[in-house]
Amino acid sequence: MALDKPYADIPGTTIFDADQARRGYWLNQFAMSLMKAENRERFKANERAYLDEWKMTEEQKQAVLARDYNRMIALGGNIYFLAKIFATDGKSFQYAAALMTGMSQEEYAQMMLNGGRSPEGNRYIGEKSNG
Amino acid sequence: MARITAGVSTSHVPAIGAAIDLGKTQEPYWAPLFKGYEFSKQWMKENTPDVIFLVYNDHATAFDLNFVPTFAIGCAEEFQPADEGWGRRPVPTVKGHPELAAHIAQSVIQSDFDLTIINKMDVDHGLTVPLSLMFGQPQEWPCRVIPFAVNVVLYPPPSGMRCYQLGKAIRRAVESFDQDLNVQIWGTGGMSHQLQGPRAGLINKEWDNRFLDRLIEEPDELAKMPHIEYVREAGSEGIELVMWLIMRGALDPKVNLVHRFYHVPASNTAVGHLILENPR
Repeated sequence: MALDKPYADIPGTTIFDADQARRGYWLNQFAMSLMKAENRERFKANERAYLDEWKMTEEQKQAVLARDYNRMIALGGNIYFLAKIFATDGKSFQYAAALMTGMSQEEYAQMMLNGGRSPEGNRYIGEKSNG
Repeated sequence: MARITAGVSTSHVPAIGAAIDLGKTQEPYWAPLFKGYEFSKQWMKENTPDVIFLVYNDHATAFDLNFVPTFAIGCAEEFQPADEGWGRRPVPTVKGHPELAAHIAQSVIQSDFDLTIINKMDVDHGLTVPLSLMFGQPQEWPCRVIPFAVNVVLYPPPSGMRCYQLGKAIRRAVESFDQDLNVQIWGTGGMSHQLQGPRAGLINKEWDNRFLDRLIEEPDELAKMPHIEYVREAGSEGIELVMWLIMRGALDPKVNLVHRFYHVPASNTAVGHLILENPR
């Protein structure tokens, strides 16, 4: 029997469950390797060559090269692991969050100062926003 | 006998740690947040425990995807602040309490909570940011700390009810320890936040404040809340709030509210903070 995944209808959200963790194992382990300074240097020197040392799918490697975080998440990445990639690029969590929402970092930061993204209209796919 | 005297809950946003380490706490962006912890730092001075049982989560720092323990207790003599990719935070080494930790592990496992024992582990911002918020920047942390890591990264985390019941088991374990120790339990993480995908930036002020009300007044009922409500209402990373129920479970049914604070935003996150005391 298939597992019940009630979170599948939350808009703009991928829950890092056991299936995603299985898909993303090598992608996340690659990202984790960037915790070490010498690996960060090797990755920065030749990203493609460093990625080829890992048993990732080509799609995952392309998503990393493009810094397409939404794609990486769809392919099994988890944000705390992927954070090692944007940290290697010298970028913050807020930079990455803005990128994933399609907003500029300034717009995103202003949204947070204004109280963040409202849950209204964001709870269910197809939910009508009140505001 | 050892006794749990109080509980503290607080968010553990990494940017808060960076603001403290880089001396930015008085900047206009951060000042309102740190003002909310002024009382707490004073209270900590007057109520420094012997040991803090600190419930937090690791953020792909000590645990990669090779090992994902649901509940892990730190039994070592000491724990180093982790290098999370930006160098170690300039904070003191965390001194553990191996004797009490081992006692709690044995007692809690025999109460049907199957903990993982950790004897070597670096601790990340999830543990060190709450210490910095409550103690400021001392040369040494003024008490012992038992790190207790909960998996909230790989879904599903333990249920709210499981966490709440675990808190009760931890309390029984502490109270069966022979040394006279003043123990606090801290629950960290939350409040509403989502760090991933097009819905990143979600904040739910009403829900968060209701969570605080219910944590204080009706934790038995709050513990029944299913995961899906946390995720839908408080964001994919808002699920960290189940850890606050471990703290609450270890306290009396009726507690004294000493301090309550709520602030938006700290980077991507809503910050919530409570100090609760067991009536003497």
